[in-house]
Amino acid sequence: MTERVPILRIRQVLLVSIQTDLDDQDVLLLQDDLAQAVVDSGAHGVVIDITAVEIVDSFVGRMLATIASLSRLLDAQTVLVGMRPAVAITLVELGLSLGGVRTALTLDKGLRMLEDDRVERGSEGTAPDAVAHA
Amino acid sequence: MADKHVSERLIALLSGRGEDLGAEWAEKVTGSLGGRVARAEVERELREIYAALVAALSDGSVDGYDEAFGEVRALLTELSRNRALQGFTPTETAVSVFALKQVLEPSLVGEDSDADAYLRFAALLDTLGLFTIEVYSRTREELIAAQAEQLLELSTPVVKLWEGVIGVPLVGTLDSARTMVVMEKMLQALIDTGSEQAIIDITGVPTVDTEVAQHLLKTVVAARLMGAECTISGIRPQIAQTIVALGIDFGDIVTKSTLADALRHALRRSGTTVSRTAPQAGAR
Repeated sequence: MTERVPILRIRQVLLVSIQTDLDDQDVLLLQDDLAQAVVDSGAHGVVIDITAVEIVDSFVGRMLATIASLSRLLDAQTVLVGMRPAVAITLVELGLSLGGVRTALTLDKGLRMLEDDRVERGSEGTAPDAVAHA
Repeated sequence: MADKHVSERLIALLSGRGEDLGAEWAEKVTGSLGGRVARAEVERELREIYAALVAALSDGSVDGYDEAFGEVRALLTELSRNRALQGFTPTETAVSVFALKQVLEPSLVGEDSDADAYLRFAALLDTLGLFTIEVYSRTREELIAAQAEQLLELSTPVVKLWEGVIGVPLVGTLDSARTMVVMEKMLQALIDTGSEQAIIDITGVPTVDTEVAQHLLKTVVAARLMGAECTISGIRPQIAQTIVALGIDFGDIVTKSTLADALRHALRRSGTTVSRTAPQAGAR
């Protein structure tokens, strides 16, 4: 019996709060749901909260990396928040450094990171104009 | 039954002059310990062993590993454990058992059966003596293991350097076990203090080889996974030479030569600015 992980929308950010240890089926479902949700909502950011996750395996680890690159492709930044020390150590021992995934200590910091990012990207967008005028 | 005969003769020998032998034994042992244990203490210990020994012999056995000697072994375990913890040498510990041989010698009358009995008794005491040494070294090993663990805890403090910046000064050689402790402590501290910057200072690490570098990399990656940034500081010139010579690549990990540089970097990354003002007069 699989249970879908809820995907909540807070303004322009999608929040995925994983509350239980996931099995492979849940992971694949989440991946599909999230890709759909990003497209439907046009969100600019995705926050994955894994504060409650105590056990990870290589499959879940790879899923996190996949979701991140998937969202990036759809123009949404992904931030992974609330990883426990034991989980971090496990991932390192598994050899998964999640190179392309951004991380933050808490949900609050993760949201702020996305906010700062958007402001930065916004100013980037105007930069060429400024150059042109100069 | 030779055993029966031998043990009977031994009981006769041992209990015949029980008080004298016990006192003499205690005398010899106290002498060999150089007065570091009180005479009364030694006498109490030995009297118990003596009594247990006679009781075991009256069961008709002369084999030190026999069930009958369980009580004797228990007492010897306690004795050598105490000696080990008090810092006596193995010789000083085992002599407590072997001294009984010398004490018994004068009371032999020179009959053949006595010689036989004495030899069997000597073999028995040898067994018990070896048992004592075994317990002694086991105790010492336990002691060393416990100390190593304490040292591990002691040597890995995590300190808060600034609001949002923690420091881990490493002193001594890094091995897998220690890296694990450091990693766990540091990651937990990141959560507890809500810090986004961590500085690992390796000024006190004598050598950096590929293994140590691997351990450092793991720690940094784990901190990154949790959303914190990790800087390595305290790289001395010789160590920098070694790292380059070994071809170790620290990748995009920020390294600084001193803790002060690392702290400045961490503060800048966290958006804190520190400015210099006119020196303040001493606070009242």
